[in-house]
Amino acid sequence: MLQLNSSSQNTEAKLFARAHYVAPAVNDALVYTRTYNTWRTRENDPCALAAFFQVRHSVEYKDYYKIMALERGASQDEIKRAYRKLARKFHPDVSTEPDAEKRFKDLAEAYAVLRDPEKRAAYDELGTNWKAGKEFRPPPDWGSGFEFGGSGFDTRDRSTYSDFFESLFGQRQGFTYGASADRHFRARGEDHHAKVQVDLGDAYSGATRSISLRTPELDQSGHVVTRDRTLNVKIPKGVQQGQRIRLSEQGAPGHGGERPGDLFLEIQFRPHRLYTVVGRDVHLKLPVAPWEAALGATIQVPTPLGPVDMKIPVGTESGKKLRLKNRGIPGQPPGDFYVTIDIALPPAKSDTARKLYESMRRELNFNPRAHLEANQHE
Amino acid sequence: MSKNALIGTLLDEQATVSMSEICLACSCRSEWVLELVNEGILEPQARERDEWYFSAISLPVAQAAQRLERDLGVNIAGVALALELLEEIRFLRAQLQQP
Repeated sequence: MLQLNSSSQNTEAKLFARAHYVAPAVNDALVYTRTYNTWRTRENDPCALAAFFQVRHSVEYKDYYKIMALERGASQDEIKRAYRKLARKFHPDVSTEPDAEKRFKDLAEAYAVLRDPEKRAAYDELGTNWKAGKEFRPPPDWGSGFEFGGSGFDTRDRSTYSDFFESLFGQRQGFTYGASADRHFRARGEDHHAKVQVDLGDAYSGATRSISLRTPELDQSGHVVTRDRTLNVKIPKGVQQGQRIRLSEQGAPGHGGERPGDLFLEIQFRPHRLYTVVGRDVHLKLPVAPWEAALGATIQVPTPLGPVDMKIPVGTESGKKLRLKNRGIPGQPPGDFYVTIDIALPPAKSDTARKLYESMRRELNFNPRAHLEANQHE
Repeated sequence: MSKNALIGTLLDEQATVSMSEICLACSCRSEWVLELVNEGILEPQARERDEWYFSAISLPVAQAAQRLERDLGVNIAGVALALELLEEIRFLRAQLQQP
């Protein structure tokens, strides 16, 4: 078995970084974060690499052609076209697909391999017998005779690639780290991004949320350990959907004495049973009885700040919006609270109700479609 | 629990970030940020000594601009258009949620 600790003189320690999507967190704060995963390999030795993966990882084969919806013989132009088209569809900044981040990550990785003739040839060399998702080990002689240049993508891009990618192309690239690391290498730690779900009430009054992050990192002997860390983060009063909170130096550790990266938390409101939120304004659909709308009424309305007595004017139509000023999310200026009137239909199930409706039909002479008839002759 | 709570910076309209903060967060050069300014994607709020200051919402905007440029191969004008359309879609979607 390959010795991966510092006693192996010839072991060149390397650090590879990759992103993870992290599981639901404690205290029902759902977060994901890009985290580092690290390991060491012996340089330039595919056998050692294969042994390494045999003992350390179960790596799943990825079908890069399938990911890009391409035939194996696709031309470089077709590969580029497919990438651009799928990238527009699944780019996390653009897409609303639920699994956009994962799809885009796979796509970027597939493109990084297939766009590069050397990597593509090496990948094709693996043959067509592998099935996506099946456990993968690079063949012992694989990788000899190929030169992988460092061009085409940078370390920032490749930090998100899969174990499969790293098992194929990782050994010749990346930057050195650890006991025998290049001491001249200095870099600020990478920024991490995560989402934090908060309740609408947190935006009104502020809160402290507990967020769990799983961070795989390298221990003293070079083994990967997953470190769970929990951060208690202040959610300031007045936050809005999509805003970011920056936590200085809570990202990845820096290298060569440089400072760690930052952690960016994106605020997401958990959907509320009653309210919808647009910017700082909060909306409520308020069911009212026909007589409340027709005759006017004072109705107790629930707001995130507690119930409020609201006057419904005489003759309020369904769909009309009433505003409670400054009762939205606090801020400069604060948002407003909007009530949309929704006239509910009393069921005509009992004899009494039916009689009432019939008497209304006889006596009100009400035609809700008068305006449609008038328009017919215009 | 709240005793040890981390207090971050809320990147909203009230807070500001400097040009160098944007450059650091995006690992980019100030020339690139100036391109975003020239395209109207970012709008400087103030200039003190030799440093430009922006509303803090500019920081995630610059990060998104960088991802779009890098991943989709669009130029800065295309990034500006995409960001504007995305903002409009976000607004319209929020409107759709309303009662």
